[in-house]
Amino acid sequence: MTRVNLVLLAVLVLCALSLVTSRHQARRLFVELERAQTEQRGYETEYGQLQLEQSTWGMPARVEKIAREQLHMQLPTAARTEVVPMPVPRTEGTR
Amino acid sequence: MKIAATRPRFAAAPAVPSLPRLRAPLVFGALALLFAGLIGRSLYLQWIDYAFLQEQGSARHSRELEVPAHRGRIVDRFGEVLAVSTPVRSLWAFPDKFEASPEQMKDLARILETTPQRLAARLDAREDFAFVARQIAPETSERVMALRIKGLHDQTEYRRYYPGGDVMAQIIGFTGDKDAGQEGIELAQQPWLAGVPGSRRVIINRRFEAVEDVAAIRAPQAGRDLALAIDTRLQYLAFRELKAAVEANKARAGGMVILDVATGEILALANWPTYNPNRRDKVTPEKMRNRALTDIFEPGSTLKPFTIATALEVGKVRPDTVIQTGNGTLTIGPNTIHDAHPGGALTVEQVIQKSSNVGSAKIALSLPAQTMWQTFSNVGFGTTPKTGFPGEVSGRVRPAKTWKPIEQATMAYGHGISVNLVQLARAYTIFATDGELKPVTLLKTEGAVEGRPAISPATAAAVRHMLEMAVQPGGTAPKAQVVGYRVAGKTGTAHKLAGKGYAANKYVSSFVGFAPVSQPRLIVAVMIDEPSGGQYYGGSVAGPVFANVMGSALRLLGVPTDAPVNNVILPADAIEVREET
Repeated sequence: MTRVNLVLLAVLVLCALSLVTSRHQARRLFVELERAQTEQRGYETEYGQLQLEQSTWGMPARVEKIAREQLHMQLPTAARTEVVPMPVPRTEGTR
Repeated sequence: MKIAATRPRFAAAPAVPSLPRLRAPLVFGALALLFAGLIGRSLYLQWIDYAFLQEQGSARHSRELEVPAHRGRIVDRFGEVLAVSTPVRSLWAFPDKFEASPEQMKDLARILETTPQRLAARLDAREDFAFVARQIAPETSERVMALRIKGLHDQTEYRRYYPGGDVMAQIIGFTGDKDAGQEGIELAQQPWLAGVPGSRRVIINRRFEAVEDVAAIRAPQAGRDLALAIDTRLQYLAFRELKAAVEANKARAGGMVILDVATGEILALANWPTYNPNRRDKVTPEKMRNRALTDIFEPGSTLKPFTIATALEVGKVRPDTVIQTGNGTLTIGPNTIHDAHPGGALTVEQVIQKSSNVGSAKIALSLPAQTMWQTFSNVGFGTTPKTGFPGEVSGRVRPAKTWKPIEQATMAYGHGISVNLVQLARAYTIFATDGELKPVTLLKTEGAVEGRPAISPATAAAVRHMLEMAVQPGGTAPKAQVVGYRVAGKTGTAHKLAGKGYAANKYVSSFVGFAPVSQPRLIVAVMIDEPSGGQYYGGSVAGPVFANVMGSALRLLGVPTDAPVNNVILPADAIEVREET
């Protein structure tokens, strides 16, 4: 009888200890998950900012301004453009 | 012996003093009372004080955290970002709780790129609450918080950025407090774009880090992205040309719409004057108005094709029917309609080509008022274009019963009726298609959209031909021609309403047209308000804008040419027929 009790006690202690470890494990993993999620939010924010940046740099208004002011480019006037008839295969006509 | 020795003890037993009779019950009673007290207390704690204790307990080891939700992005039809929210920080303090050493103030001022004096002024102790810095980059805020200044707090806010700036400010609008839509699409699509922040309860450790989820109280709902029909390239093109035209003609304002014929999508919608939505401290409501949707104007001659289409539809005239415009006057009761450039006998086609007021009025008067009203109503005048844009107007078409003959005659050439620019552009879908009126939308749609038949395909083709004649030499708008493409369209030059009558020298010049005529892809409508640079005819003011935009747009979209590349006939002195106003 006593032996059975001792075995059960040992099992109980083991169970209790494993509960403690798994509980600890769970919290540790949770903290890790939390950190990863924060990181994810950070990346999402950064993605938004990069998209914003790309869109801002790529706006036609800005591109044209730079082309005009820094590269001294101009839109060709109607008098200075020639439209070529469309050969096959088709190529882009110029103004 | 042993027995004898123990005997006296036995004998002494009766000598043990007997307990007082009440002692045992008394002790028992006292103990029972104490137990009863304990049980009572525990019952009290368990049942009555339970909620309070539970709250106190969880307050010591759990926290409710807000889970932020982003506002959705607005993108153009190709996914180019037009509006995006990004987190920024604001630094605040209660001035009376704020304590910083002179060195800290100096560091703070250096990081915020200001002076200690200015900071001190912001932290005037008479105020209850003060922002030290608003909407700064998160990195800057972190550097400030690293100074560990007592009483200085930071909070996360969202700020919306608009890369498109003033080019499309009126369509997109902007957000106000708490990143909620305040104008334009931002306001109209608020429920779609807005995110709903969630919250959850977590267990925290002594370092205030969350260690375990207890319950998700509300799941966050991120805002959804919204794809507009706008094509950023066409939008910029329209904006640039409109701006140039308004400035060249010293006009008060202007608007332009580009519609996709097949889908009814608004590919571009430009307004002038405009503003920068990223910096709008000193913006007047005047500049924020999306004129193309929220302002009505009398369209003038751009309405003539609808009168002619009605007459063709009911069989009153044929394209080659001759209308006598005589010496260019038509008297109805006390009123007289004028053609400043009398054309004599004109065919119906020529009435459109030369934009004769008398001709259109005569045709209109041969029609029942109700029939004309029905056409106007069928093409969407008098009802909002249902783009869902806040403040879009329906225009004004009075019921046919109230029309006097003179009014019916003037309505034939677009006076006494008012529309907005999007309505006008949309109405022209009936000529660009086989008589179908397409719905218009600001949102991206996939594939062609079914329209509602308004006129027969034959009538549409006949009017299309007349509109093509109007931009050719001998018409009112040869300057609207486009190299390589067949275009069709109609000018409008209307006197502006001022007080009770029409102002003699204030005009609205407009042009609505579509191309390529063989298979129309785009409708472009231009409106220039009060040009005062000497020219005011729709053909000279709005026509060239139309041609520039239409030509570039078609090439940009890679639409095959449908005309010889030398189709434009523009002699030095353009043979432009002056349109009637």
